[in-house]
Amino acid sequence: MAAVDIEAIARRGVDAALAAGAGEADAWCERSTSRRIRVYGGEVESLSDAGSRGLGLRAFIDGRSGYAYGTDLSDDGVRSVAEAARAAAAVADPDEYAGLAEDSGVTEVDGLASPSMAGWSNEDRVQLALEVERAARSRPGVTQVENAVYADSEGSAAIASSHGLSASYSATSAWAYASAFAGEGEDLMTGMGIGLGRDPGALDPEAIGHEAADRALDLVGARRTQSRRCPVILDAFVAASFAGFIGSMLSADAVQRGRSLFAEREGETVAGKAFVLSDDGRHPEGPSSAPFDGEGAATRRTPLIEDGRLAGFLYDARTARKAGRASTANAARESYRAPPTVGPTNLLLGAGDDTVEELVRQAGDGLYVTEVSGLHSGVNPVSGTFSVGATGRLVEGGELGAPVREMTIAGDLVEMLRDVRAVGSGPRWVPFGGSVKAAAVLIGEMAVSGS
Amino acid sequence: MTLIDPGLAARVIERALRRGGDLAELYAEDRQSFSISLDDGRVERPGGGTERGASVRVVAGGASWFGHVDGLGEEALLTMAGSVAQAVRGEPRGCAPLGPARPAGTNPVSVRPETVAAARKADLLRALDERARSAGAEVAEVSVGYSEGRRIVEIFNSDGVAAADDRTRTRLSAQVVARREGRVETGSHTRGGHAGYELLESDPEEVAGSAARKALTALDAVDAPSGRLPVVVGNGFGGVLLHEAVGHGLEADAVQKGASVYAGKLGEQLAEPTVTAYDDGARTNEWGSDGVDDEGTPTRRTTVIEDGRLTSYLYDVVRARADGAASTGNGRRQSFRHLPVPRMTNTYFAPGEATPEELIGGVHRGLYAVSFGGGQVEPATGDFVFGVSEGYLIEGGKVTAPVRGATLVGNGLEALRAIDGIAGDLEIATGYCGKDGQTVPAGVGQPHVRIRELTVGGTG
Repeated sequence: MAAVDIEAIARRGVDAALAAGAGEADAWCERSTSRRIRVYGGEVESLSDAGSRGLGLRAFIDGRSGYAYGTDLSDDGVRSVAEAARAAAAVADPDEYAGLAEDSGVTEVDGLASPSMAGWSNEDRVQLALEVERAARSRPGVTQVENAVYADSEGSAAIASSHGLSASYSATSAWAYASAFAGEGEDLMTGMGIGLGRDPGALDPEAIGHEAADRALDLVGARRTQSRRCPVILDAFVAASFAGFIGSMLSADAVQRGRSLFAEREGETVAGKAFVLSDDGRHPEGPSSAPFDGEGAATRRTPLIEDGRLAGFLYDARTARKAGRASTANAARESYRAPPTVGPTNLLLGAGDDTVEELVRQAGDGLYVTEVSGLHSGVNPVSGTFSVGATGRLVEGGELGAPVREMTIAGDLVEMLRDVRAVGSGPRWVPFGGSVKAAAVLIGEMAVSGS
Repeated sequence: MTLIDPGLAARVIERALRRGGDLAELYAEDRQSFSISLDDGRVERPGGGTERGASVRVVAGGASWFGHVDGLGEEALLTMAGSVAQAVRGEPRGCAPLGPARPAGTNPVSVRPETVAAARKADLLRALDERARSAGAEVAEVSVGYSEGRRIVEIFNSDGVAAADDRTRTRLSAQVVARREGRVETGSHTRGGHAGYELLESDPEEVAGSAARKALTALDAVDAPSGRLPVVVGNGFGGVLLHEAVGHGLEADAVQKGASVYAGKLGEQLAEPTVTAYDDGARTNEWGSDGVDDEGTPTRRTTVIEDGRLTSYLYDVVRARADGAASTGNGRRQSFRHLPVPRMTNTYFAPGEATPEELIGGVHRGLYAVSFGGGQVEPATGDFVFGVSEGYLIEGGKVTAPVRGATLVGNGLEALRAIDGIAGDLEIATGYCGKDGQTVPAGVGQPHVRIRELTVGGTG
């Protein structure tokens, strides 16, 4: 199905919603082809190659809004989605801020769809996944490679609205990961390696496999450690997870609903000067980049934390109207199945000049964290107090030391951010906590609880 | 509603096997959903939808080849089957005779949710909002949500399976934020089942009342202690500990890859003889139940730990073949767009003889962990961490002050070995479980359980 077809279907959806009695409407139509290959022991374990498509419609009537979606894109199918959206709207309470985006537009983002994707056969893709697995197994001490997965997708999305908006775009993405084990029995440790790009050619299978292996091998022999207060380094994976959580707390929706620790803190000092965070929906490398957001606003870059201060929040059309601001084009669509919600696109954590080794030297004696668990359950989003499980290595005399496990790190999120001393160099894209470009972060002191 | 004519199913399966394979399967699904929420006193986000589609899987040796399409048109199904078959190298195979898909029908629904007017559901949410707000002046924010979903599935395979299942799930949830001066605390509660609107007939407002009570209680919370402490885990959602720290390690895909600490331990004594645990997808109307699993195998109760001994893993068809075992009815998938993998259904400890008071009475200084905000485990090692969303200190055998910010950190095998008391008050709560990028409803449960010693990470 060509992009022009999904634009036409989206427009037909809007017309059908207006015909069903909606005052305003917007429609999101998407189609995609995706593949996912899992290999194990040098063989394909599963290969999935499939297409999906669907339509989602928002209908507004007198400040009430309703949503409906469906996979039947025939005229009858579109009409019944429109009628369902109109019927749902009748049940909602009126909301004076509800409605379409006022200024819609399209940002040019280069290279969203890689033309080279088409040159890859499924056999080539299988070979790539096998290379990832081989690279992970090649490291001495690796006892198992549980998962080596390659996946990609080619998709198009279109939006249309009763304000006359009609636009679409296409994008491709490819990623691969592996999880490797080192050690055995209760001493077994795991490590993950990951890479992502716009097409399979952008991935380095050997680096992905080696990363999985090395992250597991570094942890072999991990023991519990004594409780202490000490400097803590979060590696890029862990820093990305925290940045993702912080990004979700900077959604104006969370703020306006009183569910964010950042509410009423705009302009305040919330972080150390080294911690610079922005959202960029049009970053050329960003996995979540697009010309427009989920309601047709042109994507842009939004500073969130700058010079230690909370610079602003992420808005969609509704939360922007409520706050008397402009939308930052952060209406996020997970799929056609749900109406847009306010959320980050690509989060960028500003990188510094220090290598990880230099951060470790600055820490002196402390902890280098390579994994946290329970982040979403362990953080109180309103108060900001948190306590999460952690695995990593001791830092002793400015060098990385013995691996440690079953610790918790606890504290207050804003206190932690204010105590950020440095962000490392060499930032990378990490798909944890959304889509985040992050590097390692050095924190002055945190409470680490062990045995 | 019938989705697929058995004659068409046989043609699709034969097409899928035209270049060989050990097993081919056609999975067809019609899914409908509706949800609505209330936040800040306003009913919002009403919506729902319909999706229809099918997938074809060919199993050949250790490999699964898979494709799916939207819609159930004959041509699309045959094209997909042909394209999945492209990857297979072998002799064509036939399909065993297929009858019409037989309905499982073991989870009766007395009030079909889609027959209840949406306006009534909105009113229900308003009643919950009112109940939460009446719990105390410190209740600051209330959000409640209602959701219903129906999945009609039909599963045919080349071994002659022709099964159907009509699944309806209904769920109500509430989150409450309470504030006092600078303190902010949250509480949440849910009620759900593989059942219809009748689930909400008896005092549905209690869901909101309970969430409010938790948030208000937490306002008085003191910082959690840290260190190695005895822990009494509450019934119902406390069972998430069993689900995460033990259950995932019993799923046969993890076991077969040596990615589980429970691999090679069948028959071993892992816990005191008082400890028995089940995975039971056949509990009538329970949240994690289905009539058949997503490969057409009837669901059942599987004893995974009997008198402290490890007795069974959880199998889907593919992993059962590899072990020369039978599927335990645990082949589950999120939708027709996903491959089935071994998954838990409702997993719980069998009730014991003690009372919760006796378990708590035996603790000099410890933690009473009533409910968890969620948890995470590494199945390969059994290491887990859980955030305690509702917890209390135990001092001198009595429950005293509420605590905040506690986490439990430990290892599944170690925690199992350390269980030294089980009460009789079994309860099962509703959860969503994520694995391999798929989310399915899973029931977690247990009676009150005491663990001799666990690492408690606190803020204090």
